[in-house]
Amino acid sequence: MADLHKVSSNPHVRSRLNTGAIMSAVVLALLPAAGYGIYNFGSRAFFMILVTVCSTVMTEFLFGLYKKRQTIGDLSAVVTGLLLAMNLPVTVPFWMAALGGVFAILVVKCLFGGLGQNFMNPALAARCFLLISFPAYMTNFTTDAYTGATPLAALKAGEEIHILDMVIGRTGGTIGETSAAALLAGAAFLLLLGIIDLRIPASYLLTFTVFAGVFGGRGFDVAYLAAQLAGGGLLLGAFFMATDYTTRPVTKAGQYVYGVLLGILTGVFRFFGSAAEGVSYAILLGNLLVPLIEKATVPKAFGKGRGRYEK
Amino acid sequence: MATFTFTGGVHPYDGKELTKDKPIQVILPQGELVYPLSQHIGAPAVPIVKKGDRVLAGQKIAEASAFVSVPVHASVSGVVKAIESRRVAAGEMVQSIVVENDGRYEEAPPMAPLVPEKSTREELIERIKEAGIVGMGGAGFPTFIKLSPPKPDKIEYVIANCSECEPYLTSDYRRMKEEPEKLVGGLKTVLCLFPKAHGILAVEDNKKDCVELLKELVKDEKRISVRALKTKYPQGAERQLIYAVTGRRINSSMLPADAGCVVNNVDTLAAVYAAVAEGKPLTGRIITVTGDAIRRPCNFNVRTGTSFRELIEGAGGFRVTPAKLIAGGPMMGISLFDLDVPATKTTSAILALSRDDVSDMPSTACIRCGRCVEVCPGRVLPVKLMEAALHGDEETFLKLNGMECCECGCCSYICPARRPLTQTIKSMRKQQLAKRKNR
Repeated sequence: MADLHKVSSNPHVRSRLNTGAIMSAVVLALLPAAGYGIYNFGSRAFFMILVTVCSTVMTEFLFGLYKKRQTIGDLSAVVTGLLLAMNLPVTVPFWMAALGGVFAILVVKCLFGGLGQNFMNPALAARCFLLISFPAYMTNFTTDAYTGATPLAALKAGEEIHILDMVIGRTGGTIGETSAAALLAGAAFLLLLGIIDLRIPASYLLTFTVFAGVFGGRGFDVAYLAAQLAGGGLLLGAFFMATDYTTRPVTKAGQYVYGVLLGILTGVFRFFGSAAEGVSYAILLGNLLVPLIEKATVPKAFGKGRGRYEK
Repeated sequence: MATFTFTGGVHPYDGKELTKDKPIQVILPQGELVYPLSQHIGAPAVPIVKKGDRVLAGQKIAEASAFVSVPVHASVSGVVKAIESRRVAAGEMVQSIVVENDGRYEEAPPMAPLVPEKSTREELIERIKEAGIVGMGGAGFPTFIKLSPPKPDKIEYVIANCSECEPYLTSDYRRMKEEPEKLVGGLKTVLCLFPKAHGILAVEDNKKDCVELLKELVKDEKRISVRALKTKYPQGAERQLIYAVTGRRINSSMLPADAGCVVNNVDTLAAVYAAVAEGKPLTGRIITVTGDAIRRPCNFNVRTGTSFRELIEGAGGFRVTPAKLIAGGPMMGISLFDLDVPATKTTSAILALSRDDVSDMPSTACIRCGRCVEVCPGRVLPVKLMEAALHGDEETFLKLNGMECCECGCCSYICPARRPLTQTIKSMRKQQLAKRKNR
């Protein structure tokens, strides 16, 4: 009994992947789209990102000081700040963007118990908070480069749009949503690393496509459907916001249900609502239904239920 | 090569290259040997020797005391020094027989060898019981009971668990490589008990050489085949193994026999062979002594009762100060606070690691990433079970099938927030099992 060693219950080894690494991967995956946003909208987009990220990280830092427990190291506040900026028009005042960051972290995340406890996606909740509080600023997509409507608004008004511009991202819109190619590249990176899987994005996009084909008014016209998919925040939402760990169901079956639900809600908002956009509200509404979805989709344990072996 | 597997599971660093190519070495014990009376699941054995008696290697020194119990044999010759409680690897004090080794290794006369094909069922079962054989994969369930299901004719598969999915362990691998005929002999013996069964040697495909070797060895055996399984932890967990081999799913309240299966580990089958064909009781096993803190990692043929300290000294001692010592593998092994414990029938490895992940990686907030759900071979929701367990919410815990957890450790291993999922669920399960027992 001379040399006492450390004891603990099994298992005694841990995988190397930790929360910080996951968050860094998400930041990396968002960089192509954010970078294109800066290229597309100019340096103001860069400062917008800087403002929101500083705002979210500072808010979490100050809250950490108050709670005497620092959590900024997990980089989740950076992800929130980055996503928020990518969801804002480049023209909003910086103070408004900063306010959004404070709202996302303080109200939506920290007050509900911090990382993993928020019931809504903080960046999206902040975007909708700003949208309701300052609708004129938040729907002003007119910049020096783009004076017309966003592709989706144009589509809704029955105007012609250029699909190639949408794939590359040469259109108006929020900072991070315009380039379908950059978003897909980031999504592919996350899929390859296994940070996200296709369950939610695939069921979301597929359901939405079918919904758009049936209720969009143009039938299954490929160019129209492609524009609907690439336009607005759909790709950004489907790959980066709907897959947010904390606010999506943890059950596998629940993830399909959630994806289908988001597809239908987005369709309803886009085709039957007054706005051209619908992704943010669809995801937030979906977030609220997550506890119910999880309850309804508890998997059958191995060897229980119909899969059980019987003679 | 078609491979078979289950859904879920993880791929931890397997560390097998440390000892994979180290042939089995015999290590002779010094000084005293400690034989705990409880090296198996069930009632402890009762001593049939007393202090001062001289015993021989292979002599029975304690008798089975109930139906679920097996005898214990001395592994060396010497004098009984004491019958007292001693610490075992699991940490508790267990009544044990202590024998002072006289270094002469005088053998007790073996039991009469049996020819399995010409022996009755009762003779074989009695022999396996008398030899003190238990499940040597770690559980320690008396083998003779496993081999006595109510309807032997209903058994369709006898599965030899050669998967050795636990990282770092190479004892089964070395046994398969060096003495495959003993393994196959054991399997053939067990097949004699189940006339309608087919024998399957289920090997993980990271041991391709063993797959080939065993295939060659059983090519003329009509009743035995070799199956390569995907390398993944916990491929060797009984329920996952049965599913991978037969496609049959059983839950925690069913026995393998309910799915027409009997599962035995490599060393157990080798012990069955030795008991039946050579008349030798179980007095030793293969133990891997390994880990990055060990100077010369190796595989030992160990006499039961040998102290862990001697085994580590036999492996050259520590290269660096170990941060963690484990009896068994890193996923399901038991951590040790003391080295003065005896090797028993169920000790598969001694692992000494220079760093301890558990204390080096403090747990942070759950981000609900769902990785625990993805890897769970029992298809439960570890994240929800842990929540229920922490809140003491038994109803939710049971409703979410908490009792179906096999404590394999995949959820804790994979968790990016390093939450103690398995540990928390395990505590709640223990409470529930205790409640059931007291009802």
